[in-house]
Amino acid sequence: MTEQESELLNVAPGQPHDSMLSESLSYVIGLGLALLLTAVSFWVASTSVLWGPGVAVGLVVLAIAQMGVHLVFFLHITSGPDNTNNVLALAFGVLIVFLVMIGTIWIMAHLAANMGPSPEMMNLHMQH
Amino acid sequence: MTTEAAAIGLTHGGSEDTGLGHRGPESKSIVVPYGFWLFVLSDMVLFSALFATYASLAHATDGGPTSNQLFDRTLVAIETIALLLSSFVCGLAMIAAKRGNMIWTQGWLLLTGLLGFVFLSIELYEFAVMIAEGAGPQRSAFLSAFFTLVGCHGAHVTAGLLWIGTMMAQIWAKGFREDIMRRLLCLSVFWHALDIIWVAIFTIVYLIGTLP
Repeated sequence: MTEQESELLNVAPGQPHDSMLSESLSYVIGLGLALLLTAVSFWVASTSVLWGPGVAVGLVVLAIAQMGVHLVFFLHITSGPDNTNNVLALAFGVLIVFLVMIGTIWIMAHLAANMGPSPEMMNLHMQH
Repeated sequence: MTTEAAAIGLTHGGSEDTGLGHRGPESKSIVVPYGFWLFVLSDMVLFSALFATYASLAHATDGGPTSNQLFDRTLVAIETIALLLSSFVCGLAMIAAKRGNMIWTQGWLLLTGLLGFVFLSIELYEFAVMIAEGAGPQRSAFLSAFFTLVGCHGAHVTAGLLWIGTMMAQIWAKGFREDIMRRLLCLSVFWHALDIIWVAIFTIVYLIGTLP
């Protein structure tokens, strides 16, 4: 197997490939989508058209979508066979990130709820 | 080697690579950026801990200023656009570097750095205004968490700016050697990752923090 063939089997993260036109196009599409998602995020946050309590969740979804755009169009993380190692590492990273964030927020929210407003209130509550 | 490897049956996309290491170690141009990718992912795990801390303490204002009173969405929008364009231009620099075009590579890298500098200047201005108003990191748990999270990102951007400067000098002095290209690729991965983390910051800290 020649050096050139071996290069085709794996690509490094962030490595541009193919022709200059398709490489540039990838970045331009990525920029367009990212700008669009950013604009929608700022609009969603400032409009009163949408149902208030749902806005925060919508913003998180938009942020995750934009992160996906950055990963695909700027870092060139794809589902291709040459990208398996990069994707697996990313999947593990995402798993840990979600465990840390959701786990912490979940536990701390319950802790705050169980602590109650003040010790006196806690005593009243426990007498029942 | 090729027939034995194919006989095992675990083929990738029709190629003869088994994915089991039968071809021996990858070339340095794959292994080095892959190792750096692992570092970047572990950096994101570090940031996830800071995000979790911030989310837990966002309302612990101790009677001090709240996120709604402190944050200015217009400034954040300019910061966001500057960093996004910087990430885009960094990609253009990679395209020029791959073709060995010195002028365009240096030009795009310079623009990447300048846009990053605009971002950092606005962030430092925001910090200075907040501290002058008495909303420094020692005011409340919320502000400690805010300065730790956003300041940590700002420190990464500062490191990235220094790295861009040294890469420009290295390309200028040594040309597009293989080892220089590896470093440049790592720099671009780092810079794109910083923009990904900023997406989470402007959403969670600035937009959700200033919802009515």
